Amino acid sequence: MNVAVVRFPGSNCDDDAFHVVGRVMGQPVRFAWHKESSLGDAEAVVLPGGFSYGDYLRAGAMAANSPIMGAVKAFAEKGGPVLAICNGYQIACEAGLLDGALTRNASLHFECRDVHLLVEGKPTPFTRGIPAGRVLRIPIAHAEGRFVHPDVAALEKEGRVVFRYVDPTGGVSDGANPNGSVANIAGTCNARGNVVGLMPHPERASEALLGSDDGKMLFASLLAEMGRRV
Amino acid sequence: MKARVYVTLKSGVLDPQGQAVARALGRLGFGEVKDARIGKLIEMQLADDVKDVEGHLKQMCEKLLANTVIEEYRFEIIQ
Repeated sequence: MNVAVVRFPGSNCDDDAFHVVGRVMGQPVRFAWHKESSLGDAEAVVLPGGFSYGDYLRAGAMAANSPIMGAVKAFAEKGGPVLAICNGYQIACEAGLLDGALTRNASLHFECRDVHLLVEGKPTPFTRGIPAGRVLRIPIAHAEGRFVHPDVAALEKEGRVVFRYVDPTGGVSDGANPNGSVANIAGTCNARGNVVGLMPHPERASEALLGSDDGKMLFASLLAEMGRRV
Repeated sequence: MKARVYVTLKSGVLDPQGQAVARALGRLGFGEVKDARIGKLIEMQLADDVKDVEGHLKQMCEKLLANTVIEEYRFEIIQ
């Protein structure tokens, strides 16, 4: 499975994503620079976290208009799997790959800690392999992660809420919500389900040495999905 | 020609920065401050011979300057 990790000026989780795909999962991986206009033979794309373009104007706004995003949009329209993590999620929303917007945390703090996530919603390439009801422990690190959407009820009805902040036992509560996201939403997908975005960092929790390897399940799910397609 | 674009959060979208500023003003003795909302002002110097300047400004706002999911915009043109 050839994976392209898109690298914007200011990306800082690009190496982590590269490491997990290449070393932990043992898959061919390459960087795609933001000025490139093609993803080559990529079969999956990661939009990594960081502070692309210094978060100028709005987090993700500048990166959403960079040349490579044209190729990412075309790739997504053909059904190619795209995983958008943290700043990548902000970029995907700004680019219209995903609905909604990510706004300043209600606490005004940069929230950097482990959270618990319930995997739900429609099956996606990144979650199909995760057992239903499984609670994942994965870190967050963001200041603009409060998800807002003009019609959350419709999003829920379509099964497009894929990750939700919960307590360790899977209960949805205000205390488990680190940023004030509506309905504790941590991650969503597009209508087709092939583009998945989330604020938490699965690439930072893909080896037991780092305290949790729950994040690896997203990448393992993708691998299984690609195998299923072949 | 100059243009000023004002980008503000839609009403109903929580503005924790604005709330913090309102609280700080209250602590400074300005008890009359009930609420504050923070927005952006973008000043641009434009070429004088733009044909459809209003149309272009609208496109600039829609494509980049504002995120219309959460923000609204208005602009003024200063000759």
